[in-house]
Amino acid sequence: MLLLQVDMAFLIEKILLITVILFGSLGIAMYATWGERKVAAVMQDRLGPNRAGPLGLLQPLADGLKLFMKEEIIPDRSTKFLFILGPCLSMLTALMTSAIVPWGPDFVAASGHIFTLQVADINIGVLYVFGVVSLGVYGIMLGGWASNNKFSLLSSIRSASQAISYELPMGISLIALLMMTGTLSLREIVQQQHGFWADGYFSWNFFKQPLGFIIFLTCSFAELNRAPFDLPECESELNMGYHQEYSSMKLGFYLFAEYINLFVSSAILITLFFGGYNFPFMDQMATSLNSPILFTLICVLVFMAKVICMILFFMFVRWTLPRFRFDQLMKLGWKSLIPLALVNMLITAAVILLFFNK
Amino acid sequence: MGIYDIAFWILTVIAIGCALGVILSRNPINSVLFLIATFFAISGHYLLLNAQFLAIVNIIVYAGAIMVLFLFVIMLMNLNADVEPQKGRLVQLAGVVSGGALLLVLLAALRTAKYPTLESTPNEIGLIQNLGEVLFTQYVLPFEISSVLFLSAMIGAIVIGKKEDSTHSA
Repeated sequence: MLLLQVDMAFLIEKILLITVILFGSLGIAMYATWGERKVAAVMQDRLGPNRAGPLGLLQPLADGLKLFMKEEIIPDRSTKFLFILGPCLSMLTALMTSAIVPWGPDFVAASGHIFTLQVADINIGVLYVFGVVSLGVYGIMLGGWASNNKFSLLSSIRSASQAISYELPMGISLIALLMMTGTLSLREIVQQQHGFWADGYFSWNFFKQPLGFIIFLTCSFAELNRAPFDLPECESELNMGYHQEYSSMKLGFYLFAEYINLFVSSAILITLFFGGYNFPFMDQMATSLNSPILFTLICVLVFMAKVICMILFFMFVRWTLPRFRFDQLMKLGWKSLIPLALVNMLITAAVILLFFNK
Repeated sequence: MGIYDIAFWILTVIAIGCALGVILSRNPINSVLFLIATFFAISGHYLLLNAQFLAIVNIIVYAGAIMVLFLFVIMLMNLNADVEPQKGRLVQLAGVVSGGALLLVLLAALRTAKYPTLESTPNEIGLIQNLGEVLFTQYVLPFEISSVLFLSAMIGAIVIGKKEDSTHSA
């Protein structure tokens, strides 16, 4: 057992970071539910939640408490183990993706120790996201099937086919981006987008891959099961969706996992296309501040501000566009987005080959 | 025993246990779930070998896509333990014979096989950049041929799927 010794400082640092990220994403997901209701209210000229606390800010706590207090019902004819496993898997996969998001730049403490604001910088970075996303569908599928309810089953099958169909254009649109960055590591992708302007052009990937961004964004709507692609939760056709038989906190887990997914995928979108924690004139700011901790903090705040803008965008779209029909959804995915993503990939490859071939 | 060995043994036990679960469980859904767990254990083994790309592709392709489709089919057909058809004696006998033949072939192949030990130095070949370079230079022809194979399988599936349609219209 001599070789079992691990770097305790490293372990503690990472565990602290994981705890902060975990509770941070839970908190943001909580207030995303509040935000969603407020945004909906404003867009529909209503007031929205305003009773619990100032501006209704305690509403998420009240909702959570309510879900905890509700009676736990497990349907008699359900497959019990899978019925319980479903929401657990949903929550697990929702939280797992945040491990590779670089939340801010490294900062060097006075002792020379380098703190990295990223849980794991892995060689396969972006592919890890795809791996977790492709597993995310299990929670919905197992839960829907185990409920022994035909509406739940229909909904989970819709969700799975939607997720599988939209993973393809998502992957292909990302290949074009990866051809430009030449790395899969999210950390390096962010570092390449340093500042705002480099070598006579914008450094953020959005300006280099606008079509790729639009395809990726569309696919993330579908992967998140959000309007206009929220077919698995189509109340008018499916009563409620895959979580119809769920009650109490299991239902809460499903609903909550969606908001965590919303937060994490916004973070990934910002990291890939909008420069992560980078902002214009960051170098000038770093030198004038002369305090690495403060600078890192500002970077994290900038990143969070961008992520919140992205979440707001997702919400605006939800309350603006009507829902697609299922065949329209499939047609859009297979007949428009995949060819478009392939063309985008081809153009990117040609441009790189002709102009940037060193 | 270092942490590497401990991880290896835990993963091995999970992989073999879940693989047994696949063939021993009566409910097809449980079989699929055991198979997914097996894929995860094998991906863990790839990670131990520092083959990160292989590990994640194994999860994306097998656990994330193919198994979802398996689950899909099983859910749509609503297969359950009690509706599983009993196999006839002849089919069982055929299974035993073919399984025994496979065992024989495997034994014959493994009898003379060499087991080179893994280098203890970190091996970088499994990282995506090295793997890509090898695939697109040294093995470019087999790589492209296998992708053509996949394409033909895809077209074949579409042709079979379309067949009924054309007879109706004709």
